[in-house]
Amino acid sequence: MPVLKSDTVPIRSDADVVAVRQIVRVWSIEAKFGLVDQTKIITAASELARNTLEYGGGGHMFIELVEEGVRKGVRLTFEDQGPGIADVEQALRDGYTSGKGMGLGLGGSKRLTNEFAIHSVVGVGTRVTVTKWK
Amino acid sequence: MNTTGSTGLRPILERHESTLLANWITAQKAAPTYRPDLIKENELRDQCRDFLRALMQAVQSGSQNVDGSEWQPVRDLLASISRSRGKQGFSTTATATFIFSLKEPLFQLLQQEYANDPKVLAEQTWATSVLLDRLGLYVTEVYQQTRDSLIQRQQEEMLELSTPVVKLWEGVLALPLIGTLDSARSQTIMENLLQKIVESGSETAIIDITGVPTMDTLTAQHLLKTVAAARLMGADCIISGIRPQIAQTIVHLGVDLSGVTTKASMADAFILALKRTGFAITRPTAGR
Ligand SMILES: Nc1ncnc2c1ncn2[C@@H]1O[C@H](COP(=O)(O)OP(=O)(O)OP(=O)(O)O)[C@@H](O)[C@H]1O
Ligand SMILES: [Mg+2]
Repeated sequence: MPVLKSDTVPIRSDADVVAVRQIVRVWSIEAKFGLVDQTKIITAASELARNTLEYGGGGHMFIELVEEGVRKGVRLTFEDQGPGIADVEQALRDGYTSGKGMGLGLGGSKRLTNEFAIHSVVGVGTRVTVTKWK
Repeated sequence: MNTTGSTGLRPILERHESTLLANWITAQKAAPTYRPDLIKENELRDQCRDFLRALMQAVQSGSQNVDGSEWQPVRDLLASISRSRGKQGFSTTATATFIFSLKEPLFQLLQQEYANDPKVLAEQTWATSVLLDRLGLYVTEVYQQTRDSLIQRQQEEMLELSTPVVKLWEGVLALPLIGTLDSARSQTIMENLLQKIVESGSETAIIDITGVPTMDTLTAQHLLKTVAAARLMGADCIISGIRPQIAQTIVHLGVDLSGVTTKASMADAFILALKRTGFAITRPTAGR
């Protein structure tokens, strides 16, 4: 799958989460997403960035503008070197939170995007990749 | 004579003060960053003269340590110049130019002074350059701090400004939300609204989210908490202005807003609120 361009955004503070939303907005406009799809991917990015910050102890987002045939897409990879997730299935379940959240972020971002992959190793870290196609 | 470090500056500062001052000011006025609209020439002249005096004293002390106490007056002066430039609206480059524009006139004088001794000249030029770089860096740092605190204060002001609770009618408050709701802002907004509910004894609060670009679980949670807290205080909240893209996102996220009254627009919410308080809007027919 051809990658048209890519960039990395650090996630260390609340302000960085705002920066994540902003860059995802700009790139999804570049991928010619409509308002609904823009809002969906921005929201997913916001959820995953906050998880990276809150549970992963910070990390970064890798953003790519991808192309497949005639359609464009935005792929986001969130990575941290945090504690990892012991039970991914449980983490994905709606309503499950180990903190004070609603427990909807992870499952929600899966529903808001077209492709979703999570790779987590306890004691090593977590990587979540989502792709949204136009 | 001690020619190590920047001590070679001493005779120059002592003997050529007025030449240096004149050349330095000329250099600053010639720089592309010169802003006569932001600073008056006599103010600039005063700053330059004060700086050269402070620099001379620091050099006379013999101390090479720019961070030491002998250099305190120089640092204080630069800090105050830097701060005032930051507030006056000068750019970083323009502010740092104050120091860097001193290089050329100083180098010229060094060349005259040590024309017969290339080794000393090279040493002195190098030492002076290092010294000015460090002072320039200091200016930039102070400038940055000033701008940062300015931005932070503006952000805090905006935080206040952007959460106005307005009274629409007896017993009806409205909170038009604009922009993204981050934790800090959500907290302020919630407290502000609850406070106003108490003060006014209102029964209905309309929270309009037309101006909210995205709603993630954190925002939704804050909103739901606000609604719940308002309810405990005897006020019902109506959420209005949920745009289609936000509605779809909320559904995908799985956020349940079924316990909250929602209306498409602020106008619809207002009519409902009036109805609840026993008012009705009618078009007067008399006098037609
Ligand atoms: N990057 C991560 N590192 C470690 N644990 C994580 C990470 N992301 C999610 N988790 C775990 O998965 C749980 C579920 O995450 P999810 O985003 O669905 O809910 P939440 O963050 O708790 O609440 P919400 O996102 O609704 O505000 C979290 O409570 C946390 O225990
Ligand atoms: Mg979450």
